[in-house]
Amino acid sequence: MSSHDFLLKNVLLSEGARVDIEVRNQKISQISGELNSELPVIDGKGFMALPGLVDLHTHLREPGKENSETVLSGSQAAIKGGYTAVSAMANTFPVADTAGVVEQVARLGTEAGLCDVFPIGAVTVGLAGERLAELSAMAQSQAKVRIFSDDGRCVSDPLLMRRALEYVKSFGGVIAQHAQDPLLTVGSQMNEGLISSQLGLKGWPSIAEESIIARDILMAHYVQSRLHICHLTTKGGVELVRWAKSQGMSVTAEVTPHHLLLTDDLATSYDPVFKVNPPLRTQEDVLALRAGLADGTIDVVATDHAPHPSEDKDCEWNSAAFGMIGLETSLSVVCESMIETGLMDWPTLIKRMSTTPALIGGYREHGRLEVGATANLIVVNPTAKWTVDKSKVFSRSSNTPFHGRTLTSEIVHTFYKGVHVLENGELTGLKYE
Amino acid sequence: MHSPHLLSINDLSKVEILEILDTARELARITDGSMKKLPTLRGRTVVNLFFEDSTRTRLSFEAAAKRLSADVINFSAKGSSVSKGESLKDTAQTLEAMGAELIIIRHSSSGAAQRLAESGWVKSHIVNAGDGMHEHPTQALLDAFTIRNHFPEHDRDFTGLRIGIVGDILHSRVARSNALLLTALGAKVVFIAPPTLLPVGVEKWPVEISYNLDQELSTLDAVMMLRVQSERMSDAFFPTEREYARDFGLGTQRLKALKPQAIIMHPGPMNRGLEISAASADSPQSVILEQVANGVLVRMAVLYLLMGGASVPTEGVLV
Repeated sequence: MSSHDFLLKNVLLSEGARVDIEVRNQKISQISGELNSELPVIDGKGFMALPGLVDLHTHLREPGKENSETVLSGSQAAIKGGYTAVSAMANTFPVADTAGVVEQVARLGTEAGLCDVFPIGAVTVGLAGERLAELSAMAQSQAKVRIFSDDGRCVSDPLLMRRALEYVKSFGGVIAQHAQDPLLTVGSQMNEGLISSQLGLKGWPSIAEESIIARDILMAHYVQSRLHICHLTTKGGVELVRWAKSQGMSVTAEVTPHHLLLTDDLATSYDPVFKVNPPLRTQEDVLALRAGLADGTIDVVATDHAPHPSEDKDCEWNSAAFGMIGLETSLSVVCESMIETGLMDWPTLIKRMSTTPALIGGYREHGRLEVGATANLIVVNPTAKWTVDKSKVFSRSSNTPFHGRTLTSEIVHTFYKGVHVLENGELTGLKYE
Repeated sequence: MHSPHLLSINDLSKVEILEILDTARELARITDGSMKKLPTLRGRTVVNLFFEDSTRTRLSFEAAAKRLSADVINFSAKGSSVSKGESLKDTAQTLEAMGAELIIIRHSSSGAAQRLAESGWVKSHIVNAGDGMHEHPTQALLDAFTIRNHFPEHDRDFTGLRIGIVGDILHSRVARSNALLLTALGAKVVFIAPPTLLPVGVEKWPVEISYNLDQELSTLDAVMMLRVQSERMSDAFFPTEREYARDFGLGTQRLKALKPQAIIMHPGPMNRGLEISAASADSPQSVILEQVANGVLVRMAVLYLLMGGASVPTEGVLV
């Protein structure tokens, strides 16, 4: 018996059954209607137990930008938001384009011991879009990288994109594309449309995203490789992915919580907390994204958690950095936009936020709440209302666009490999060692 | 004016627009005589905070402030701490610490004036002297003032007037402010430009759109020619200056197509021979220099109203 073993009583599973869950030696050892044992009891009455959430798109900023976030502070934010696995994007300083850097990030994650930190490797050296990084070396490293992305930048060169898609087939990798035609978005500041025209902010046309999605869907199919589309934001993009799936093409797509709830008219405040790449779009796009997530066209929710220090947001719009933090609000925002609206039920939410992202990333110890599975699980109060307060986030940065909003559902407990890392919304100080 | 700032024409009701224009007219009447300078803002400090080069707008605001006896601090970004990386926030706070009560800001970033007013960085009144591609409200006010002077029968209302704004609408803060202001006063505004120089979404604005200057000329009561930046050509907004001038320039032939009482306007500085020919710029129908003179009056009115004047001034209040 490990000192972390416990018995979670009276929790609801997503399908509605009320059960007790026993965790022994980091594994879920029993799930049953009524369990009794000598283990310490955690009462989960009125709460739901879900598998820990899995994020495929997280900026942890370390190495290089530790004033915005570190692997440790990002891990704390992750468990606060119910995530037991995050995928650290490659746009650090230095860029995660070598085995050395991805191993460093993985090691920092292990040292933090709060959740799994899976590094994403850069597709091209220095994210420069000129030549391939050593993808195989990263795949074979201790970090076992399987997802590659130049996120923040698009692999816009079609030949390079083709080669990358082909190359990763040998080790079962996937290219996560940041779909943004760079020539159509030089200096772009916000979604191109009525609001941008009124505000005089340079427009970011939906076609800059959709033209790359269309190209890459065809390319991935042509070379029979795996494509994952990062942060889909447009109605047209959803339709392209829906078509591709109807043709049996191997493509997956993600949407961020903020694109499910927020729209471009927030830019009328000129407050750069709403400046994000890709930009907030229109209500019509938001509704298409929600429908796409509900029907499975969009496979997963990914946070694109992008911390920035206050000086990068406390300025005029054009000078501000792109990005929003999202780990700590993700589940609540998805509840607000998908559950409260009746578009999606809890079992589907678990697929989109845990099971499917774990499958895409190949994160085998995640995404399952069943006997024998690793005890990466969370306890959620699905009816709790809470108001987002940027001064109380666990992230080292406070650039949340949801400050002051009241949202539904709160993370009560997070268990990482059986360790009770978050209790009643607070860090316990425990970690997996 | 109900707002402590002038950031956008959207901040102003029609009544407030007319209040500013009436105040400017009254200030013109008062300063027309022996008294060129009024003591109204004596001891008050106004800052010209210019992050973009604009000698004429800065001088116009400076002249307006000085005619109201305010102290003026001029700050231009070139060669200052801004080129060493100092932020808008720090610069504005520094100037306020030196006593500024009203900040006139020109900035290349759209929304910079609104950000300064709403971020809590400073307490000063903020006047937008041009923010990126967004707005230039005092330019629109001086344009309306100028139009009103030429159409006295439309003194309180522009309904029935048709005003063409020609050229680079996409990048023009002058076009945005004028579209809002002239429409608020009842005028019909027509944007005349090649499709590449019109913003996406413009079809939802309360303006008409035309790609053909010749079709519109004879219908206009005022034609406002916008400056064409030569860098637009390299960005493929139009092929050559020659082609642009042929299709959208106010050349000598087009001058003849204008109504006799129509006025020709330009916010300056002009590219003679490109968007406007010398003959048009210097014709009796051109009111371009009047616009410059009116700019000082309208800016005086804005400063006066923001910094304490409650209503249209009279000699009694001012001396």
